[in-house]
Amino acid sequence: MNLLAIHFCIFVLLIDIIDSVELTFELPDNSKECFYQEVLKNRSAILEYQVITGGQYDVDVELLSPTKEIIYRQIKSQFDSHQFTAPKTGVYAACFSNEFSTFSHKLIYMDFSLTEEVNPLPGVDEHATVLTQMEQTAQEIHKSLNAILDYQTHHRLREAQGRKRGEDLNERVLWFSIIETSAMLIIAITTVIVLRSFFTEKRPSQMKYGRLDGR
Amino acid sequence: MIERATSLLFLISLISVCQGLYFHIAETEKKCFIEEIPDETTVIVNYKVELYDPRSGGFMPSSPGIGMHVEVKDPDDKIVMSRVYSSEGRMSFTSHTPGEHVICMYSNSTAWFSGSQLRVHLDIQVGEHAIDYANVAQKEKLTELQLRIRQLLDQAEQITKEQNYQRYREERFRQTSESTNKRVLYWSLAQTAVLLVMGLWQMKHLKSFFEAKKLV
Repeated sequence: MNLLAIHFCIFVLLIDIIDSVELTFELPDNSKECFYQEVLKNRSAILEYQVITGGQYDVDVELLSPTKEIIYRQIKSQFDSHQFTAPKTGVYAACFSNEFSTFSHKLIYMDFSLTEEVNPLPGVDEHATVLTQMEQTAQEIHKSLNAILDYQTHHRLREAQGRKRGEDLNERVLWFSIIETSAMLIIAITTVIVLRSFFTEKRPSQMKYGRLDGR
Repeated sequence: MIERATSLLFLISLISVCQGLYFHIAETEKKCFIEEIPDETTVIVNYKVELYDPRSGGFMPSSPGIGMHVEVKDPDDKIVMSRVYSSEGRMSFTSHTPGEHVICMYSNSTAWFSGSQLRVHLDIQVGEHAIDYANVAQKEKLTELQLRIRQLLDQAEQITKEQNYQRYREERFRQTSESTNKRVLYWSLAQTAVLLVMGLWQMKHLKSFFEAKKLV
């Protein structure tokens, strides 16, 4: 699991992301949510997701091509990352489904990013001059800082997952202890009442039946 | 001149690319997104709404009648921003407390039943990504290298903020753990005490009861 998470991070770091939309949204029980993104031909895109909280921390994920073919599909997965190159221009859909779950709603983080380095600074004119060493260094640093930001995002998500789980546990332990304490008190009192009733003389109505039996 | 024009064209094409991601909601549905951000971080939300047109079976590029209500709540559930925008808008807010900010969108549609579908193009940019460098370069007359360095500075600053936020959360989490630990300890002590008291009370009570009944 841990090793997987590390691979997941490294995989993400290898690519320069130029255009990405990160969303964290709530997925109600028994529902399906789709997000659409237009991808140009031969451009590659990465879909990343992670379930932050809810139920067994799993979700069904589907990636559909413009012709409604399934490119990628995961059933009940917790987190993953998938990179694909668009075979043609069109609208690709990423669908998250919680249809198998009847009562737990989920919080899901999603990042749909288009890769391929275009120009890290949209304000700068694109001219085909050779970069000076300074500029090159700046670009290197830019990439490294992007990597750091990405690591931080994943760290934040993991932390959120841990925190939500902790809060959940706290609540459950609270309810469990309240129920246990009341159960203990009820059992102690009923034990005494039942024992007393065994040794108490029977009530007049019961006495009558007793006499009838004795006859 | 031509260079200028091409760069402008390039910019425009880039903006339209940013409008890429979209999803569908019913006309009266409310959609919320959560952004977990450190304090003093700027968030920019760009959106565009298109109304489903049943006649053509597509989505109308511009729907003047539709307005979007955008609401932003900070971690303490206080409303940071609540405004009605037109069908296309861009807004930004800066966080003052670190934590989960909830951005909710719903249309001002007065449809009684759930109405038709809306297509919402959405783009949320956080922190350093929210800065428009083209604008900065123009305003402050920076060279390309200066602009690059500026971007690096902004990024480094964002990382520092995030780290401070992580430290803050770590502290909070630790406090929670410590208080939980303490509470569990007290609870188990109390539970044992209750158990002992109940046991003693049961014995005493039954003993006096049996003695009163002359069973012993």
